[in-house]
Amino acid sequence: MNLARINLLLLLVAVVCALSVVSSNHRARKLFTELEATQKHMRDLEVEWGQLQLEQSTVAAHVRVEKLARDRLGMKVPAPGQIVAIEPAK
Amino acid sequence: MSAMKAIKFSRSPLLSERLPPWRQRFVLVLLLGSFAVLIGRAVYLQGFKNEFLGDKGRARFERVIDISATRGRITDRHGDVLAVSTPVRSIWAIPEDAQLAPAQARNLASLLDMDVREVNRKLASEGEFTYVKRQLPPDVADKVTALKLPGIHQKNEYRRYYPAGEVTAHVLGFTGAEDNGQEGIELAFNGQLAGKPGSRRVIKDRRGNVVEDVESIRPPQEGKDIVLAVDSKVQYLAYSHLKQALEEHRAKAGGIIVIDSRTGEVLALANLPTYNPNNRTKLAGAQLRNRALTDTFEPGSTLKPFTAALALEQGKVRFDTPIQTAPGKMTIGSATISDAHAHGTLTVAQVIQKSSNIGSAKLALSMKPEEMWAMFDSLGFGAPLKLGFPGEVGGRLRPAKTWRPIEQATMAYGHGISVTLIQLARAYQAFARDGDLLPLSLSRVDVPPASGKPVFSPQTAREVRAMLEMAVQPGGTAPKAQIPGYRVAGKTGTAHKLESGVYANKYVASFVGFAPVSDPRLIVAVMIDEPSNGKHFGGDVAAPVFAQVMSGSLRALGVASDAPLKPLVVANAAPVREEM
Repeated sequence: MNLARINLLLLLVAVVCALSVVSSNHRARKLFTELEATQKHMRDLEVEWGQLQLEQSTVAAHVRVEKLARDRLGMKVPAPGQIVAIEPAK
Repeated sequence: MSAMKAIKFSRSPLLSERLPPWRQRFVLVLLLGSFAVLIGRAVYLQGFKNEFLGDKGRARFERVIDISATRGRITDRHGDVLAVSTPVRSIWAIPEDAQLAPAQARNLASLLDMDVREVNRKLASEGEFTYVKRQLPPDVADKVTALKLPGIHQKNEYRRYYPAGEVTAHVLGFTGAEDNGQEGIELAFNGQLAGKPGSRRVIKDRRGNVVEDVESIRPPQEGKDIVLAVDSKVQYLAYSHLKQALEEHRAKAGGIIVIDSRTGEVLALANLPTYNPNNRTKLAGAQLRNRALTDTFEPGSTLKPFTAALALEQGKVRFDTPIQTAPGKMTIGSATISDAHAHGTLTVAQVIQKSSNIGSAKLALSMKPEEMWAMFDSLGFGAPLKLGFPGEVGGRLRPAKTWRPIEQATMAYGHGISVTLIQLARAYQAFARDGDLLPLSLSRVDVPPASGKPVFSPQTAREVRAMLEMAVQPGGTAPKAQIPGYRVAGKTGTAHKLESGVYANKYVASFVGFAPVSDPRLIVAVMIDEPSNGKHFGGDVAAPVFAQVMSGSLRALGVASDAPLKPLVVANAAPVREEM
């Protein structure tokens, strides 16, 4: 009589345990997928960063900047007499 | 059937029948035997074939996936990117599977920016594998994926880009297929730049998603970034002014090097002709040559200061010891050397300032060949600098016991010995610094060594510095090397080229110098090969390049000026012709 009650209780505990294993496994997998997605995002961002650096270097290339400064903005290198050196304040 | 009354089982007469006892034992043995077979099988599977079966099982859901590693970036000293790898995709096809409808082929061709006929020709080719188009940007490749064409596949690859293009071509070199270094820094530092791809074991679900990480088999090693000593601003100045000079003087080739004399860092290194590393379809050997490191030339007068320095060092002469150079000719053995302009009596300082061959030869003949050889050797001539660059050479410095007096005399002014431009630039460190040499470095040096290998005493270095400053002033060979705002020192060189053992009527014009003289910071060495537009003297061809690059670089680096800003060149004063 008493034994049967304990068995029932243990059965219940076993079922709860089994279900929690299932749910925690499920959660682990969901988190893992999330981790994967985040890592992929990280790699994508790194690639993008590399491409942006490349773009920046290309756009800021000295050849291009000088050409733009000369042709579009009409700038030129100052003649030696036009340069005034400013001493740092002492 | 009604005649036969049903009999209850317990009353069955069969029960009272005695069965032979073997039947019972037979069934028992049969059952036990079956069990034994089952247990045996189970033990066999679980115990002996466990591993094999386990592997088979895992193979159903586990996958090993590769993790790619990118090649490291190369940046200049301020972190500006000079070389970067970025993923691209190649489209390939299995021709047999790729049976495209005409509309599909047209779509594909327009996405790939190709001719439809070319696409069809590639898809009709024999074999099991053909590239349709290589190295596509990922966004275009995604559109190709969206077409869902049969038999068309993609492969991830990396492509290396060099944003500065030809300006940095010879410093950086380039990578070949598989992203491996082939030239320049890419090859010299390949071990650090190259990444090692890794792999890991995962569990995939039915849809191909990774659901669990089992183990990491080999973690990927990302390539390390390399920070070069190169300053992209100085590099650009050096490249563009050299290019201008080459066009102006219709020269065949040229090289330029800028060194920070305080750290031994190579701030710029450019050669012409050059190439675009992003598009290497039409590459010739001449363009690829990193002349500053791989081509030797007879340096000519740029070696004279070393002869003078050794004479000073040995106490044989002083700054102002007079040397008779008249009548401008001198016979040693059976050979005669000469100055293009006879000068009469010159001091040691004036020998350098006016670049007298006779004066240098007389200084040299007062020394032992072994002593001169030892000096050239400790200056780094005759042996490669071992920067790790491919194809670096050491030049020619013959052993002292084979020198005849005439050879010793001509070596005093830079003939009969050959050097590379980078060796020459490095040797001038001895004057720009107080007589010592630092090892050169292609990568950024954060903690420079306090002192290097001593070659001359600080006193000698200071005296030669003063002589070299005289050489760029009125009365010297290179007033065009002057820069407003800075005190400059340097030496011209103009050498006949040796062609199959005979001095031809072609020249190599060079200039090596440093500034500001009060506290030298930069060394610039310029070499221009075969200037053929009327001028060929180092003072006319190479010195202006030096001045432009030096003034631009000093300003870019924010070096304080040490001279008044008004120009020092006397407008029409003809420079003294230097010797060859």
